[in-house]
Amino acid sequence: MHHRTWAERIGDSLNVFALVLISLVMLFPFVYIFAVSFSSLEDVLRNQLLLWPKHWVFDSYAYIFASKPFLTSLYVSTFVTVVGTVVNLAFTASMAYGLTRDIYGKKWILLSVLFTLIFSAGIIPTYMVVKETGLLNSLWSLILPAAINPFNLIVMRQFFLSIPEDISDAALIDGATEFQIFRRIILPLSKPALAAFSLFYAVAHWNSYFSAILYLNDPAKWTIQVVLRQIVIANEGVSALGAEARQVMENPPPPITIQMAAIMIATVPILLFYPFLQKHFAKGVMLGSVKE
Amino acid sequence: MNSAGINVERPSVSQRRRSLVLRKIWRNRSAYLLVLPGLLFFIVYKYIPMLGLVLAFQDFNPFRGILGSDFVGLAHFRKLFENAEVIRVLVNTLQIALLQLLFAFPLAIILSLMLNELRNQVFKRVVQSIVYLPHFLSWVVVVGIFFILLKSDGLINNFLVKLGLDTIPFMSSPALFKPLVVLQVIWKESGWGTILFLAALAGVNPSLYEAAVVDGANRWRQIWHITLPSIRSTIVVLLILRLGQVLDVGFEQIFLMLNPFVRDVGEILDTYVYEKGIRQSDVSFATAVGLFKGLVGLVLVVTSNRLAKRFGEQGLY
Repeated sequence: MHHRTWAERIGDSLNVFALVLISLVMLFPFVYIFAVSFSSLEDVLRNQLLLWPKHWVFDSYAYIFASKPFLTSLYVSTFVTVVGTVVNLAFTASMAYGLTRDIYGKKWILLSVLFTLIFSAGIIPTYMVVKETGLLNSLWSLILPAAINPFNLIVMRQFFLSIPEDISDAALIDGATEFQIFRRIILPLSKPALAAFSLFYAVAHWNSYFSAILYLNDPAKWTIQVVLRQIVIANEGVSALGAEARQVMENPPPPITIQMAAIMIATVPILLFYPFLQKHFAKGVMLGSVKE
Repeated sequence: MNSAGINVERPSVSQRRRSLVLRKIWRNRSAYLLVLPGLLFFIVYKYIPMLGLVLAFQDFNPFRGILGSDFVGLAHFRKLFENAEVIRVLVNTLQIALLQLLFAFPLAIILSLMLNELRNQVFKRVVQSIVYLPHFLSWVVVVGIFFILLKSDGLINNFLVKLGLDTIPFMSSPALFKPLVVLQVIWKESGWGTILFLAALAGVNPSLYEAAVVDGANRWRQIWHITLPSIRSTIVVLLILRLGQVLDVGFEQIFLMLNPFVRDVGEILDTYVYEKGIRQSDVSFATAVGLFKGLVGLVLVVTSNRLAKRFGEQGLY
């Protein structure tokens, strides 16, 4: 490498400085919310810019975990995320593999799948079908109408196509059915890809808000994102957490620390999986852009 | 003479072909079974709703159902184009999309150029991990964070008071609605938006830079003459594809940001359809607005895809 001139050195330092600043802007809300969620109101009011709890206070978390609506929503979101992802994988993988085989009408099926990427009937007609199929106000309304993401289907099919065909041909000659090949050969070979796709789907389920407000009326079925909106954005704060929590604690924590604690709890699953997410999502973006 | 061989009926060509097809289907029956659940999903939740678009040409009456409601032809579409409310919503949608294109899109490019200039690979990876993170948060969390920081007794307003300034009602100010929406998109997606650019930059032949150094080009000239041209096609394609999705501004973010104070400047097509069709039960009109959005979107995507291909690039499909 050549000598760096003074101008270049200054440029490099400014660049590093700017990137550190950008990173701080990205990180700051997390640090602030974390600190406030574990603090008392006194400390929050006394220290304008709280970046670490002065005294650790767990009241907000205790209060939230005593709240029936919040716990129910955690349960609902976990259910939808786990069951929804299993359904997603089963539907997407089996269809993606079936569409790599030499079947009649394959071209038309693929074209119809692609068409849904560029045109959709829209909110109202889809709502009517969800209603007519009896899913309104059922958790399955968050799962079945989202069973396949067409884009994921196409990328997964692309992945299956990259598996050498000799393997399945040999099994076919040995008398295996396509179903057996899929289960015994293709799926085990695709474990890393399936892990990546399950992450795509799981994050989408956990973060999804729109379908829940569209299809679910019963508060007992609200997802974590819906309840979080009640607490933080609709500013219902403590009242959104129900009466049970109030009975547990005589002096409920202030709304601000409760709001921050609620955000933390809803975000922790994402943060826990973040190392995997980052790796697989970046690959997924690339996969999607590198088509045949 | 034995005439049996002659009298045997020979199957016609079409019959033979049909039996061939049937045999092929039967032999592949497990492959069809694998496709079936997914196919049913697409039929029920993607294509039957398209049939439901007839709602847009009816005066839907929930008691008489889709099959029993009266047809009104293009009446709802006529209403749509004469309706000042719809025009305003359409303008809002386009304005927000354009602002995002103007501010959020270039920032991702600049950020990737900055990351690309880093020599320390460990530092680069750390910064990448940090700036990608907000992409994985839900819109409820992102909008929630903005609410908490910007509310009347929030961090920012407390700071303004300390400086002796007036507090600003950020979340209920019509003038600040669009800037805040764009700011949220910048915070959430700028980092993530660098991935495709960084991938393109990773493919640049290092000997180009070496040759430039020999020719006495400084870093700015290298960025201008080597780095930027190497991601130009990525920029063009992403820009064109983004133009194709200009009507998709993001329901969740806008819906969460909307309140009575900012509805006039913030309502977009998707939230309007939801408001009209679900909240106010004006099903047919809402379907018509949705269909209008879908058709314009379809034309835009197909056109932008053509454009992308004309630039010698792969399109969306």
